[in-house]
Amino acid sequence: MKFEINEDTIIALATPPGVGAISVIRLSGPSSFTAIDEVFAGKVQISSAKTHTIHYGQIIENDEIIDDVLVSVFRAPNSYTAEDIVEISSHGSPLIAQKIISLILKNCQIRLAEPGEFTKRAFLNNRIDLAQAEAVADLINSRTSVSLRGARNQMDGLLSSNVLSLRTKLIEVSAFVELELDFAEEDIEFVKRTELVAKINYILSEIEALLESFSFGKIVREGINVALVGEPNVGKSSLLNYLLKESRAIVSSTPGTTRDIIREEISIDGYLFRLHDTAGIRSSKEEVEKEGVERSKELIKNADLIVFIGDVYIGFSDELYDELRKLNPSIKILKVLNKTDLGIKRLYSEDFQISAKTGDGIPHFLNGLKVEVFQDGIYSERTAIVSSVRHYDCLTKAKKNLIRALEALSENISGEFLASDLRASEISLAEIIGEVTPEEILIDIFSKFCIGK
Amino acid sequence: MRNNSFDIIVIGGGHAGIEAAASASRMGCTVVLMTMDRNALARMSCNPAIGGTAKGHLVREVDALGGLMGKIADETGIQFRMLNKSKGPAVWSPRCQSDRKLYSEVAVELISSFENITVIENSIVEILIENNVVVGVRTGSGEEIVARAAILSAGTFMNAIMHTGLNATNGGRFGEKPSVGITESLVNLGFISGRLKTGTPPRLKKSSINFNTLEEQPGDTNPKPFSHFTDPVNFPALSQVSCHITYTDSNVHKVLEKGFDRSPMFTGLINGVGPRYCPSIEDKVVRFSDREKHQLFLEPEGLESDQIYVNGFSTSLPAEIQLEALHKIKGLEEVEMVRPGYAVEYDFFPPHQVDSTLETKLIKGLYFAGQINGTSGYEEAAAQGLMAGINAALKIQGRKEFVLKRSEAYIGVLIDDLVTKSTDEPYRMFTSRAEHRLLLRQDNADRRLMNYGQELGLVNFQDAQIVQDREAKIFKGITACKSQKLNAKKINNFLESKGSSIIDSTETIANLCRRPELSLSEILKLDGLSEHVDISPLIEDELAMRQVEIDLKYEGYLKRQEEMIAKMEKYEDHYIPLTLNYLEVKALSTESREKLQKFKPRSIGQASRLPGVTPSDISVLLIYLKR
Repeated sequence: MKFEINEDTIIALATPPGVGAISVIRLSGPSSFTAIDEVFAGKVQISSAKTHTIHYGQIIENDEIIDDVLVSVFRAPNSYTAEDIVEISSHGSPLIAQKIISLILKNCQIRLAEPGEFTKRAFLNNRIDLAQAEAVADLINSRTSVSLRGARNQMDGLLSSNVLSLRTKLIEVSAFVELELDFAEEDIEFVKRTELVAKINYILSEIEALLESFSFGKIVREGINVALVGEPNVGKSSLLNYLLKESRAIVSSTPGTTRDIIREEISIDGYLFRLHDTAGIRSSKEEVEKEGVERSKELIKNADLIVFIGDVYIGFSDELYDELRKLNPSIKILKVLNKTDLGIKRLYSEDFQISAKTGDGIPHFLNGLKVEVFQDGIYSERTAIVSSVRHYDCLTKAKKNLIRALEALSENISGEFLASDLRASEISLAEIIGEVTPEEILIDIFSKFCIGK
Repeated sequence: MRNNSFDIIVIGGGHAGIEAAASASRMGCTVVLMTMDRNALARMSCNPAIGGTAKGHLVREVDALGGLMGKIADETGIQFRMLNKSKGPAVWSPRCQSDRKLYSEVAVELISSFENITVIENSIVEILIENNVVVGVRTGSGEEIVARAAILSAGTFMNAIMHTGLNATNGGRFGEKPSVGITESLVNLGFISGRLKTGTPPRLKKSSINFNTLEEQPGDTNPKPFSHFTDPVNFPALSQVSCHITYTDSNVHKVLEKGFDRSPMFTGLINGVGPRYCPSIEDKVVRFSDREKHQLFLEPEGLESDQIYVNGFSTSLPAEIQLEALHKIKGLEEVEMVRPGYAVEYDFFPPHQVDSTLETKLIKGLYFAGQINGTSGYEEAAAQGLMAGINAALKIQGRKEFVLKRSEAYIGVLIDDLVTKSTDEPYRMFTSRAEHRLLLRQDNADRRLMNYGQELGLVNFQDAQIVQDREAKIFKGITACKSQKLNAKKINNFLESKGSSIIDSTETIANLCRRPELSLSEILKLDGLSEHVDISPLIEDELAMRQVEIDLKYEGYLKRQEEMIAKMEKYEDHYIPLTLNYLEVKALSTESREKLQKFKPRSIGQASRLPGVTPSDISVLLIYLKR
């Protein structure tokens, strides 16, 4: 019986399918080097190349050049999967990449990778821990530089090391409690209950800080949903278009023509904002518009932020504002007056004044948008951020059990119950770093990876 | 050759040996019990006490499986105490002071009552093996005894050396010879042995102690027996006595320090590893130099005995230093030392070499039990002896092995810890080692285990039936307490008298019982309830009532623990074939491969508990086993 993972060599396209500047094809496993040598013509044989070197050459099939490529060499164990890895950078045509993969697959030692298999190997070979493996999934799906940074710092083990140190502290507290139970007969001074409370409170506050980072982590990963709302013809689509610098939303001076919600994503200083152009929420008899109105209402209920646009000349519609409040009483509404290009500007106004035509005031508005979202402060690169729902759940459980422990302490309940709360909390923390990993978590994590990552 | 051929040979008549012999015999096997002194069975070589934190749990469990320890302790106890009574029920632990001499006598009597146990006074020099299977033993006098299984429970005697100061003598216990030859015979077979150390304090002459100036520690006023089978009417069997407490001080420490240059520990004469939880007095003085005093318990060794055991003063310093230091202690100013304390070094076999049945992985039919597996304590030894005896008998009879889970018993925790963690210091049971502690209580050992005891043939049908009948009462009682409501009119006076807040209209018995200030028995004694068909049986059966009360009071915690067990169960039940060659699983790190190969865990659950085995190793194993 042999174990398949070290024996197989896998291949997959590592870049997104489609046309791009280059495509990267990755091979991992013991036959990576010999397989590439069969199809590669260059100055150096890849099998004898040093690790972390790049080689220029051609991929040849039946004496015919398929493409000029660069081949990067990573020797085990100094590679992502801890196995021998080859990365082929070809020109970015799906056809070329497909041809190269098919060619290499003719070698019977090579097979196509399963989704997430590269990362799975990295995990199984002890290159990364569970939290890091999950971060890779985020890294791959991240769209902006900040979310990239969030994923990176988790991958670097920042969250893991934070949780590990909390767990160590927790074990310390448990030890104090256990001491009282197992050595009650001994003549030792036990830790005072008030001291235990202080220690648990400290750990609790650290866990809460991590939990708080989740909303930020979520924003980092999923972006901020912004609904653009305003009376017809105030220039919602114009603003969206200006921001996107391309005309994908229908811009028309006839009210009510933006029938569907148009969603676009922009990046402000690296943060992802999802802008939704709403169809307006005024009731309409027309079937098509009715549907649009319903969707807009739904959107407003679920948005993180509303940008309420008015005409600088007319001002804001109180009626619409009340309607918004009714739909989402707690949401922050950012007021923006458009059309300053008409030559009007209000002297005293707390609102943003812009022109979607000329771009006047827009940088100020965008900054305001960012400040509004991150008013609690922007997390630095060196702060551990919780961005996975699973981690959030584990931390929530850990927190819940600590709170129960504190309650137990206040009720003067005997130590063994306290200990069981502490232990439950400790197990939840251990689950984040993968110490007691139920199988399902693994399956779930690895199924989330797209092929070739 | 009837006299020379048996089912099972038990080597060593200590606490492990007698339990092994008794359980195998109860299961119908013929047993020969080899001992160096037929009158010294179950000798208490260290302190004259049974039980204590977590150890008391073990005794109760051994008893529920038909073991001897609880019964002997009940007959020979001269002071009974329930420890940790101010805490929750899970950490209550029974403990008793025993009459050392009587303890051994009762053990001898009990063993002689088993018809199929033959006690032979002889030593063993070799275990006879054919094709890696035990076939018998060779005695010190050269004769061969044939058997189908052997249980080695030789305690601290193998190649034992006793140290007092710089004097070292060969011997496993004061005045007793070591056993030589067994270790070598096993090492020749491929076993790995190690060296451990333990110590014992000096024994003092009772009549030379001035007890008047010392703090007295009496037993419980209403003592409870260890054994489920002891008749409470005739308990306690002996008259009860007190212990006394005294303390060392800086003068005592100064005297001890004078002898450090002649300490076998500090001068490197002893290589064996001693227990961290039971340090010698010289260790305490060195390691906790900021402490000005250490507590000592003066424990009587028996009703007739003139000896006192100084618990807390274990030492291997020169005898004259011991005496000089004792004289500085309050109450001991003129004490006479009957014999000095000493340290003993002995061979053990790191327990990764046995599997969860305590059978060795190397030699079939050979079982290790007790201190040779690296444990310390009578109770730990008894638990292993019992399990080794049961499993040896089951194997001979071609029946399925008997392994207790960590979620079922402290015995399960003990053996699982031994086989997954091995040990390099004497292993002692603690309640904190049991992650499912809240469910593994001394008060429910019978509910947890007596059914097994009956199935195995260790416990009478009638005795097991009592427990089963009680189970029905408990179940019905809990249901009744959860549905039966009491109204304000009837109960508010009672609540007020207990300083408990009054109720508006009605409240269930269960909810009232959850109030810390109220006890179930008081609630159930209220008017009218004694007529309730499911409640009156509780009022008549104190043990059932207590179980219902615990179940109700701590329901949330108990439920959570049960859920946790259910979650872990599938890993415990996910078996790994013993034939698996881990060295072939290349995806494992070299370190883990070697560790797994060494321990050969029987389940994924066990594998996950091996120190140094990482989660990714476990997932590799899970994937590998799926193929």
